[in-house]
Amino acid sequence: MKLTDAEQAMLDGREGKARQKAMELLVRYGEALGAERFVDTNNVAGVPGSSTPFLENYYQEPGNRYDVIFSRFDLDSDEVVEVPRAVVHTCHLQGGVDPDNWQVLGATPEVARISRESEVAASGRDVRILKTCTPYLAGNVPVMGEHCAWMESSAVVYINSVLGARTNTEGRESTSAAMLTGKIPDFGLHRDENRYGTHRIEVETDVESIMDWGMLGYFVGDVVGERIPVLTGRFSSPETIRYKHFGAAAASSGGVEMYHLVGATPEAATLEQAFGPKRPVETIRYGKAERRRTYETLNANAHDPNVDYVMLGCPHAALEQIQEICALLAGKRISSKCNLWIFTSRAVRAVADRDGLTKVIRDAGGVLLTDTCSAIGQALPPGTRVAALDSAKQVHYLPAIMGIEAWFGTTRDCINAALTGRWQGEAP
Amino acid sequence: MSKGTVVLRGRKVVGGCAEGEALVTHQTISGWGGVNPMTGTVVETRHELRGVSFKDKVLVFPGAKGSSGWSAVFHFARLAGTAPKAMVFNEMTTKIALGAVVMRVPSVTELDRDPLEVIETGDWVKVDADKGVVEVRKAAQRKAS
Repeated sequence: MKLTDAEQAMLDGREGKARQKAMELLVRYGEALGAERFVDTNNVAGVPGSSTPFLENYYQEPGNRYDVIFSRFDLDSDEVVEVPRAVVHTCHLQGGVDPDNWQVLGATPEVARISRESEVAASGRDVRILKTCTPYLAGNVPVMGEHCAWMESSAVVYINSVLGARTNTEGRESTSAAMLTGKIPDFGLHRDENRYGTHRIEVETDVESIMDWGMLGYFVGDVVGERIPVLTGRFSSPETIRYKHFGAAAASSGGVEMYHLVGATPEAATLEQAFGPKRPVETIRYGKAERRRTYETLNANAHDPNVDYVMLGCPHAALEQIQEICALLAGKRISSKCNLWIFTSRAVRAVADRDGLTKVIRDAGGVLLTDTCSAIGQALPPGTRVAALDSAKQVHYLPAIMGIEAWFGTTRDCINAALTGRWQGEAP
Repeated sequence: MSKGTVVLRGRKVVGGCAEGEALVTHQTISGWGGVNPMTGTVVETRHELRGVSFKDKVLVFPGAKGSSGWSAVFHFARLAGTAPKAMVFNEMTTKIALGAVVMRVPSVTELDRDPLEVIETGDWVKVDADKGVVEVRKAAQRKAS
């Protein structure tokens, strides 16, 4: 890699030990990628120094706990260094536990304590503790062309495609190193030539609800893998929530980090702009049959209609989604055989609390939780066997991680399941 | 070199030498939510390697997909002692590059022949990542000799 004088100074240790270790990791990473240089970034989203019982137990050595874990794990360093404040704007993505409702999640006091302590330590180093997979709904909205270093596949695909910002899917180690250096390898989506479409998807059936968008995303990710799909056809111009569900699904069944919706997303005013100098390698049709097949795939693991858990808020629910849920729940009680957990960010929860939405959910027997979700936190209500979900991403992950059955349907199907304890969703 | 040995040449991702039995999949692998790093086992529903462990194998696969937790999960696998011995893959992404770096296992990509066509599960594979050389001794040949 070609380093600037300032980057070389960091690598040589002239900016302190921690930044040297961060630079060493970034150079190893850049060389592995085959990148030639770094880009500057002033917008990092990661999980810097976030601790777990496994890490606490693994790194039993003297010294400041945050420094030990950040050095050994985040920077993959063979020595422990003192971790300074972030040098660029850095926010913390989702964590493992809700600090106010950890008991609801079944967490141990130890887990809650470890989470709280690493959060305080990160905050002391100027990391903004957003604790959400949707920073773009909680105060971090990158602008067109801004070079970012973000983790969280659903957020990465959102800011690239919908906002026109530039990030690859970074990992924990690279974001923590970027927080201390303001550098990330100039690779992939940071470069114009890699942002053009590769595959054309012709949408020939109506796509409207968030369930529709989730299915379309799941289908697209499966067929294009890590490539860049360009969608044309029968979709209503989507808004934030639909983009959120589409991208999250496409980044789960495949590795989609960028997509174009012709006439809607900022780098795709026309088909020509979306493909640039490239020609589509393939054109794929998404019609009724493909939608049906995707629905069946997403429901393939569910057999028992008796639902004992409904989880909403993957990716974290926007305020509008919480309002919709409240409208469906108002004045009703969920089944005594079922639990309803809804996950969102702290920022949205603060508004929901003051708006009375949290109370509507509570009065109906549900809980509004923050910071985490059932997959990230690996937390289910005791005895859960069958879940109902409105997120294709969550259906992809939760049964695999927790060994349960899961139904996929609309938000309304899920609330109906919570109210009756039975799955009555139908194929669209 | 014996008749049953095939040599592929590519680019170093992470240096070092290692050898072991190949575990081959034609499907990309999800890190977070796709493998259990404590056992080194693939857990993704519908994955052809579901329930199979890559511990101490030479993992031959198209590349990484899914969550940005890829590197951290394979980093955990290294700490838990369940990491593969080496990786041979086709599709370069930030997930797999960072994962290979923090796993600290010899890794090679951009090979002159598609490793998924040449290598089968059970073949003995020697990876000299510094030279970018992957030497494959076919299992059928090993049994015969």
